[in-house]
Amino acid sequence: MATYKPVVVQACPKLGERITQDTLYWRGYKTPVQIKEFGAVNKIDFSPVPPYNYAVTASSRVGGFSEVFMLLFFSWYHTRRCNALLFCQIHIYGRYSQEPIKTFSRFRDAAYCATYRDDGRLLVAGSEDGSICLFDVSGKAPLRQFEGHTKPVHLVGFLSDKYRVFSGGDDYSSNLWDIPSATEIISYSEHTDYVRCGCASKVNADVFITGSYDHTVKLFDARTKSSVMTIEHGHPVESVLLFPSGGLLVSAGGRYVKVWDVLKGGQLLVSLKNHHKTVTCLCLNSSGQRLLSGSLDRHVKIYSTTSYKVVHSFNYATSILSLALSPEDETIVVGMTNGVLNVKHRKPEEKNENSQKKRQPAYRTYVKGRTYMPKQEDFCVSKPVKRVLRKYDKLLRSFQSSKALDAVMEPPIMLHTPEVTVAVMQELHRRGTLRSALAGRDEKQVNLLLTFVARRVIEPRFTPVLVTVADMITDIYQPVVGQSAIVDKQFLKLQQAIGKEIDYQEELLEVLGMMDTLFATFTKKRDTCLEENKSNGVTEIIQTNRNY
Amino acid sequence: MVAPGALRVVRCGGGALRGARAVFSADSKYLLYVSGDFVKVYSVYTEETLRLIGGHADLVTGIQLNPHNHMQFYSCSLDGTIKLWDFMDGIPIKTFTVGTKLLALFTLASVEDSVFVVIPKSGERDTFQLVSVKLTKGVGQDLEGKELSVVLDDVGASVKHIAFGREGAYVVSVKDVNLQVYFFKRKLLNRFSLSTVKTKGGDNRFSCVVCHPKEDCIATGHADGKIRLWRNFHLKKEYTYSTLHWHHDIVMDLAFTMEGTRLLSGGVESVLVQWHNESSCQKDFLPRLGSPIEYISMASDGVLCCTLHTDNRISIINSNLRFSRSIQGLIKSRDVKTGLVVDPRTKALVLNGEPGHLQFYSLQSDQQLFSLDIVQRQYIHQAGLKQSDLVKVAFSARGTWLATVEESEEVTDPELQLKLWLYNEEIQSFELNTRINTPHDNHITDMCFRDMDELGDDSLILVTTGRDCVFKVWVMVEDTDPEAQQSVSWSCDFVGSYHNYQATNCCFSEDGSLLAVSFEETVTVWDSLTWDLKCTFCHPPGNIRNICFGRLTCSKYLVGATDYGFLCCWNLLTCALEWSAHLNVVVLQPDPLSEHIAAVSWLSKESSLFVFKPNEPWPTYIQRNLCKEKILLAAFVPRDEPEIASSEKYLWLRKSQLFFLTDTQELMTLSTMSLEERLTPSSKQLAVEESLPVTPFSLLLGKHRRQQAQEDIDLGKLVVHNKQEQASPAVKELLHTPAHVLPSASFLCTIFINSLLISKENKSSPVCESNY
Repeated sequence: MATYKPVVVQACPKLGERITQDTLYWRGYKTPVQIKEFGAVNKIDFSPVPPYNYAVTASSRVGGFSEVFMLLFFSWYHTRRCNALLFCQIHIYGRYSQEPIKTFSRFRDAAYCATYRDDGRLLVAGSEDGSICLFDVSGKAPLRQFEGHTKPVHLVGFLSDKYRVFSGGDDYSSNLWDIPSATEIISYSEHTDYVRCGCASKVNADVFITGSYDHTVKLFDARTKSSVMTIEHGHPVESVLLFPSGGLLVSAGGRYVKVWDVLKGGQLLVSLKNHHKTVTCLCLNSSGQRLLSGSLDRHVKIYSTTSYKVVHSFNYATSILSLALSPEDETIVVGMTNGVLNVKHRKPEEKNENSQKKRQPAYRTYVKGRTYMPKQEDFCVSKPVKRVLRKYDKLLRSFQSSKALDAVMEPPIMLHTPEVTVAVMQELHRRGTLRSALAGRDEKQVNLLLTFVARRVIEPRFTPVLVTVADMITDIYQPVVGQSAIVDKQFLKLQQAIGKEIDYQEELLEVLGMMDTLFATFTKKRDTCLEENKSNGVTEIIQTNRNY
Repeated sequence: MVAPGALRVVRCGGGALRGARAVFSADSKYLLYVSGDFVKVYSVYTEETLRLIGGHADLVTGIQLNPHNHMQFYSCSLDGTIKLWDFMDGIPIKTFTVGTKLLALFTLASVEDSVFVVIPKSGERDTFQLVSVKLTKGVGQDLEGKELSVVLDDVGASVKHIAFGREGAYVVSVKDVNLQVYFFKRKLLNRFSLSTVKTKGGDNRFSCVVCHPKEDCIATGHADGKIRLWRNFHLKKEYTYSTLHWHHDIVMDLAFTMEGTRLLSGGVESVLVQWHNESSCQKDFLPRLGSPIEYISMASDGVLCCTLHTDNRISIINSNLRFSRSIQGLIKSRDVKTGLVVDPRTKALVLNGEPGHLQFYSLQSDQQLFSLDIVQRQYIHQAGLKQSDLVKVAFSARGTWLATVEESEEVTDPELQLKLWLYNEEIQSFELNTRINTPHDNHITDMCFRDMDELGDDSLILVTTGRDCVFKVWVMVEDTDPEAQQSVSWSCDFVGSYHNYQATNCCFSEDGSLLAVSFEETVTVWDSLTWDLKCTFCHPPGNIRNICFGRLTCSKYLVGATDYGFLCCWNLLTCALEWSAHLNVVVLQPDPLSEHIAAVSWLSKESSLFVFKPNEPWPTYIQRNLCKEKILLAAFVPRDEPEIASSEKYLWLRKSQLFFLTDTQELMTLSTMSLEERLTPSSKQLAVEESLPVTPFSLLLGKHRRQQAQEDIDLGKLVVHNKQEQASPAVKELLHTPAHVLPSASFLCTIFINSLLISKENKSSPVCESNY
């Protein structure tokens, strides 16, 4: 025996953006907090330990990438002097603070690439004058200073053994330093252009990679004298990233983001071209399943690392230089060329506070029967599942047509889910009771109905049903036309809407006719060759359309 | 045994169960119901049809238990005989020949030697009378029952129009607006009539009548949905009646419970209504029983009641108005629009079932396997509504995909939906994958999948043809995103048309390379890779009614039937007509496993079957006068194992079996075997097994025996079973005698042990020696 079947509401696939799990997840951030830095933010690094402070390196020298380099060349000279005086700082922000909680300012010139160590206690930064400073996060003065680079150092970082620091400079060299003795261990001079990005392997303490403007990414092993692997990216490399497993390498440069398989000797896995300007920064989310890339085209794109498809994207006001995601994706921090730091915090998980306020049933009632474990010979009789029906379904089940129509004529339903209203109208029409449900309504309700019909009748998915409804309404309320100004106005509106739609349709048919003639000229050629291999004389020219 | 020359037409399902009320046996364990010429015995607990009792030459119109012996029942039929049967054994005991058509049967406990039947009044049309037939107590099986005495004149023909009152004191009959009561003792006839004027659009006519089992009260149902309860009807003037009204349409049947405290009524709404204490304020409902209720019958102990529906389903309902179980054979739908389709997975026959449902009917067990809800809408049982129903069904070659088309009954603007269902292994059912609204602008005429076994189901193509003059090709589109919820969906790939003619049929060749689409008078053949038109055929005048490609060795032929009465066969290689025959073909059905094609023709009141191979000019098999009814549909169902053909003539039946559906929705098949052979031995066994007393010991013994048999098989040795073990009367007695009457165990022990011993001559036999 069948149970009552609820009205089927025809869900129409929405055109445009599809709502996926990803869009829901990435939309779950609050409105951004904007912090004004003194210059273009070129590096943001999160402390890996709670409370997840982040270090922001900013300099007004926009020298990080070739494209903008030329544009800003002139302004660069003007600002250089004051940089040296004022803006040689690294700011450290707390998670929710809008003011820096700490500042390192012992630099002679602009600072670059402030990076935390794994334990979050040490911070290393390069600088414009070629020196590298190592700070304790609680102290002020540098603990160590590594001198050796002759040109600005844009890349510094810790190897995963915590005792060594690697660096890359504009003097084309990449060096390895020992922290305790503050001495250079080895220097590789293999790149032929500025070294601007790099990354250390998390699984092997001796391995790090550097990316350079000479279009290559090089993989170094501290135990060998030269690079182990060279990958040709094809564009000046702006950012590189290693997956936590160490097997995959991501490089960004030009408009491309490329993923390489390191274990297969640097084979190209996939090349992504989703930005229309240079990609400047890369970042992985905490689970490693999403890859984020920021670009000068003001977008941050989020890729799935299984399909390498864009699953979501963010828009920002200006070009993006740096990007960081806090552990557990709590915060997205984006640094931009105009010195604005854009911080987005994740919305707290929605808790149902209302239900908590309700008086909880007594403990005994709550536990009653739940703790009983059925024995083997017991027959278990499960409680029948109670089906929850919508209000209109309940009314339809008891054949109350007018009330069911009332239930779906409430403004929120009509406005947000017109398909529900239309589905119920269709069901009533199917039952043959639509006319009686529409009849006998007062001015306000007729107004409401007509507004709905006039607005939705031109939507193709609703047209067949609403045309019938409009027909019936005009039939029923014909005798009272002229008695109410509001209803008359709505009738006129309906007439206008339908008239407009008819005009559109006519125009569309004209276009279709033109296209048909075009198609006919295309197909003619094919038919002649068909006719040659025909022995049966009954062939004709066929008009075929291909539907995509 | 039938000689190998004859091929019999066997009815195997469907038909009408609507002949008479079903009857519960006295212990409520069995249910007897009429199915065409047969009476079926159904076990209420095992839900199995135990016995098919046949012997009447025409429709059975009434069955009643013999009030003096609960193991027997009477049946009457249109062939003019009353038969007395033993339903446990299924054997006829007596046959009484009356000579005229019998339309309904009644028995009374108080009347010893006669039954009441309704017969047409001689000389007058559409007038019937209730007569009592004296059942003579002669020897022999065939007896005459010619001693008729008229009880009531001018009665309704149906069993619903006559009822016998409390202890058989009076009989009530209704016809149109007249009610007549005849009191047997007083020989008094009272007539009452309602006004013929239709009040408020209501229709006063009587539709059914029942009598209260304990009081003098008559309940009548009316065509306008009212129920009237009559009392004091022994008085001519001071009679009274009260009215109960819930039904919006005709009350189809009424039934009182055994004590008479509750009244059950049913009608077109397919709701069973229970009225308490004859008051209209207190009533219970059992809604959505599926289809209109035709008959209601109660078991004699009042625990169960059953409703017989117009679609041949029987629902068994508990006394507390809970649905218990249902007997579903081939569900009769209003119109089988889908055709007969064979599900490749279950080999079940698939066709329209309940409104909006697709029924999967198992041919082996004559049961409905399951019913798939396609339309998924509440069905309103009301006349004059435009219901939407299923019109086309197609399965993919392996049965993983199912395509269905549903449309509403409106002629001008059919609300069309094409749905594609994917079989889900986990839930063992089909799940909706894609729904396409208005796939065509007008009615869809045909639909087929491209059957390509070797390529698998991932390159599936579906073709639909419509009256909007196009055919559309639908392909599966795979969503490459691995995180998407649904990996595949369907979309339109190609739209083809030919001269703005309506497309009527479509068919793929066996290898899937060619598609034939018929456009009114013309058949067009398309390449299924490039969708180019290859060639066209026509055989004017007359539109193409059916097309199909030949199979296996005949794959170069295309066979088509026109509605002008021609069967044509075209050669695809030479693009010429190979042969044509003048034959009014209604059904053209190719066998999927052989080259044979079956064509059923309809020529003024008889259907004939022709089986032919496209490459041979002469048909392989002809059966004229297949049946009197018009055959609407046919299907070849592959056999599980090839049948050993009894003669050369029936080679075409070796791999698959041919089934027909007639316009009365009876399912028929052709069989070389006789009826006795076809009956499975298991169903015969069932009744016997059930009659055995179930004691813990017999259960234990049964288990032990089964285990032993298993061991024997495991060891792989050929054991000569000691027949004496089972046959020994001593053991049998031991098992079946109640424990409290058995002698002491020490006395029985020796007999029991002795019976287990293998006798001497058996032991010495060489067969045993070699085996042990």
